[in-house]
Amino acid sequence: MKCVDGFRSREVTAPLVQELARSVTRPVRIMEVCGTHTMAIFRHGIRSLLPEGITLLSGPGCPVCVTPASHIDAFLAAADLDQVTIATFGDLIRVPGTGRSLAGARARGARVEVVYSPMDGLALAQRHSERTVVFPAIGFETTAPAIAATILAAERLGIVNFVIIGANKTMPQALEGLMSDPELQVDGLLCPGHVSAIIGAGAYRPLADQYRLACAVAGFEPADILAGLLSLVRRINTGRPGVDNCYTRAVTAEGNGRAQHLIDQVFEPVDSEWRGLGVIPGSGLALREQYRRFDGMEQLGIAVQPAQEPKGCRCGAILKGRLLPPDCPLYGTACTPLQPVGPCMVSNEGTCAAYYRYGGGIG
Amino acid sequence: MQVVALKGGSDALLDPPLALVESDGVRKEIRLEMADRIPVPGEYVIIHAGFAIRTLTEEEAEYNLDLMRQMAEVLESQGRLPRGMEP
Repeated sequence: MKCVDGFRSREVTAPLVQELARSVTRPVRIMEVCGTHTMAIFRHGIRSLLPEGITLLSGPGCPVCVTPASHIDAFLAAADLDQVTIATFGDLIRVPGTGRSLAGARARGARVEVVYSPMDGLALAQRHSERTVVFPAIGFETTAPAIAATILAAERLGIVNFVIIGANKTMPQALEGLMSDPELQVDGLLCPGHVSAIIGAGAYRPLADQYRLACAVAGFEPADILAGLLSLVRRINTGRPGVDNCYTRAVTAEGNGRAQHLIDQVFEPVDSEWRGLGVIPGSGLALREQYRRFDGMEQLGIAVQPAQEPKGCRCGAILKGRLLPPDCPLYGTACTPLQPVGPCMVSNEGTCAAYYRYGGGIG
Repeated sequence: MQVVALKGGSDALLDPPLALVESDGVRKEIRLEMADRIPVPGEYVIIHAGFAIRTLTEEEAEYNLDLMRQMAEVLESQGRLPRGMEP
């Protein structure tokens, strides 16, 4: 039996479910911060196993979903230029900006290539020296060091036709912004697994202390998620704020120092706009001065213009845990996975896509 | 995914270290710049966007599961969490 099968076995999960049912003595509201958790919770049917007292809210941890329409428009402006190839992660391609998406641009002749890694974008630039390859740099602390390493490789190899459009974001600052909202009632945070592998479980301690929050870092298998939820419920019951690391096979208290160093070497913190959450101080990453020649906005003369979010779309409120997807007037009618309006319906990690796929369509 | 072999590494610039990894018959080359340590063949790596973000031994991968199994056994037999794990 593979190790992963153990984390899915009934032998391990059933007692956790029973203990959760015994432990929930009052209604608790828990935000699963990470889009991968959202999808795993739906895929494994975990919501149906939980006692009624637990409400799970989805948070802002889907990179595509929190990228504002104005940034998508910037990627599109680059795609429209002659001699530019966009090399992008696949789940970004169908996200609409103001009216169109990279997939639509490709259908009309733009060069848009889906890549698995930013390093694939660099390889594309090496093969096509006559074109400028633009990598839309979305993602959190897990993706940012990969992009930093790619920029360092481009510099060492002297590749001049690879640039990024910076849209990376950092999680603790966004959570700080969310938790300071008095309208958001959350008792605990199920903290992301792979972001935490980079930043460390200790990164949530200031948040836990300041807002008297229960936090648990969890992996993505059913037993991981159930153990994380149980740990949160126990902390909430006993009124003990703090951070539990339930994903010790991947996460340490301090995180991954090499990856942190890569981020720090290439990027510096800047204020950043999040879809639905507005501008959050210090929550974005911009290239440091010595790496500005990799800034696609500067190199290609593109400016980010303010953009309207799609009319009627409630992705912003859903990303803040204020609404559930079926509360959106477009959900399941004007907005479906085949014809998405908002990013939460596009991304594989989006809450609306998860609801639609596993919740039977219209809620 | 499990590391099958290591490649390169003779020159950080021209020949950076890579890991050849495999899962369910699928093989991929993975960059190691941001791995917490360089793996040896037989060890496992957690991968994100083509980069290893964490190296772990099979024992480390099993450790969490063992803890959960212990928790499950005690919950099943005694109806309470193991000693040291109570609230």
